[in-house]
Amino acid sequence: MLPFEHELEALIKKIRDLEEFSIKHNIDLTNEINLLKAKEKDIRKKLYSEIAPYERIQLARAINRPNTMDYINNIFTNFIELHGDRLFRDDLSIVGGIAKINEQPVTVIGHRKGRDTKDNIKYNFGMPHPEGYRKALRLMKQAEKFKRPIVTFIDTPGAFPGIGAEERGQGEAIAKNLMEMSVLKVPVIAILIGEGGSGGALALAVSDRFIMLENAVYSVISAEGCASILFKDASRAREAAEALKITAQDMAKFGIADEIVGEPPGGAHRDPKLVIDRVKNSICRFLAELKELSVDELLNQRFERYRRINASNLTL
Amino acid sequence: MFNPFKRTQYVELNITDQIQDRPLEKCPRCKEILLKKELIQNLKVCPKCNYHFRLGAWERIQMLVDENSFQELNGDLFSTNILDFPSYQEKLNEAQIKTGLNEAVITGKGLIMGKMAMICVMDSNFMMASMGTVVGEKICQAAEIALAERLPLIAFTASGGARMQEGIFSLMQMAKTSALIKKIDEAGLLYITVLTDPTTGGVTASFASLGDIIIAEPGALIGFAGPRVIEQTIGQKLPDGFQRSEFLLEKGFVDLIVPRNKLKETIAELLAMH
Ligand SMILES: [Zn+2]
Repeated sequence: MLPFEHELEALIKKIRDLEEFSIKHNIDLTNEINLLKAKEKDIRKKLYSEIAPYERIQLARAINRPNTMDYINNIFTNFIELHGDRLFRDDLSIVGGIAKINEQPVTVIGHRKGRDTKDNIKYNFGMPHPEGYRKALRLMKQAEKFKRPIVTFIDTPGAFPGIGAEERGQGEAIAKNLMEMSVLKVPVIAILIGEGGSGGALALAVSDRFIMLENAVYSVISAEGCASILFKDASRAREAAEALKITAQDMAKFGIADEIVGEPPGGAHRDPKLVIDRVKNSICRFLAELKELSVDELLNQRFERYRRINASNLTL
Repeated sequence: MFNPFKRTQYVELNITDQIQDRPLEKCPRCKEILLKKELIQNLKVCPKCNYHFRLGAWERIQMLVDENSFQELNGDLFSTNILDFPSYQEKLNEAQIKTGLNEAVITGKGLIMGKMAMICVMDSNFMMASMGTVVGEKICQAAEIALAERLPLIAFTASGGARMQEGIFSLMQMAKTSALIKKIDEAGLLYITVLTDPTTGGVTASFASLGDIIIAEPGALIGFAGPRVIEQTIGQKLPDGFQRSEFLLEKGFVDLIVPRNKLKETIAELLAMH
């Protein structure tokens, strides 16, 4: 349960207590229980039908939300992980390798988050260093050489802000990915499954099709960071989340997301299998669609996707 | 197909002399009180400690291009509050009044010691030269003219990062500008970036870091994450000189550091060799 689900959680507990009490003392509380259950249904509906951006951030960050490894293990077969950037070291916050989907080999890359604090420390909470982006680019170039499509899973608070990351050229590493991904001669499908944090997310997201989960968020800066800089008050993150327009619905409206994959009420972690199957469907459909394009068409369309962003909003 | 020339409007550069009512200026580094007139004559470099003052875009252009040769492109493009972000319009208006600019980058073409080049110059006085839609668009259109006319492209970068008030659109400018730089690359055209104080965030993580040749001004702050964010994350003070030009040179991320009084001739020499 996430913080914004407290009211619901309390009600569910109350119903359970009443049920136990009624059995234990053999007292008929059916009416009371049914009243509370009706109320629970109401709250559920209200809570999950119009989730505010700030609550979506919590859902997107939920530790039990399906993560990149869940998608890789359940969508693809024969996954073989490949390590390292050949320059400095293997960055565990990005996982990559070769796998098959419907017997077709593809290159799969994604931000890796853990299920608990121990794993998250190992994976640096999904926040890559430059070597992570360089590993990703190496694997993408390899995919291009062997004409394999590329599927990326995006889930990061952002690139890691640290001394080593700066010393080894975090900015250069991200820039190089953005530049080289714009001309990869194979289809690239990116799926934003959770947190899409700024340049650290974008460096794996330049793509021909961009899929976003219903409760995933895509943002140029964290709501907390934005609130502390612009409003001089990190506690105004809820306001910043609204103002930044970060939801899947916003991205679809802006033409940045091609498709939104629906989540069950309460978030993807309530029914991971359902969500993973839906994501697999979208990937297969888009792979088939992109296969029909010549390399020139593919690259022209990808270039135009990014080139045209905002042009319609310019005041001349 | 989108035709950049349709939107092109060249205007004559006309800078009035910048001597202001304040005749003295204090050096932020060595605290020396300097005569403004002498400081300007010294290209706004402190004669005592070599501190390179931040320059406005027009000051930069005046120091760089041959007299009366600069033709501005898209000078009339200005940003709108596309996301209806609180106080953004007011901040844009303030920045426009303060700087006399419409946006945080000036683009155009001009001669540098007789060699024609497309030039983009960012101005940190305008909302810390954060990159929004119009900044990205102006850089892309400058690159498109460089492609069409086969001119070298030179970008003087300065930026506090992404223009938060434009949300995801500001992030997308990173992908958009980087895709254009790839076109310049594939066309075999020369692209030089000059990193000036401060170049950070999304600009560092896109076109600033993609030059064939990357020049830095002495002592400029250059990085992806801002020093304060890093200090908060790692919980310690950063060493002196961290993320400065000299540090990046040592780490292998800039080609050369050029003091301001040698910049024009260095760029001209590079242009002549390509
Ligand atoms: Zn000084």
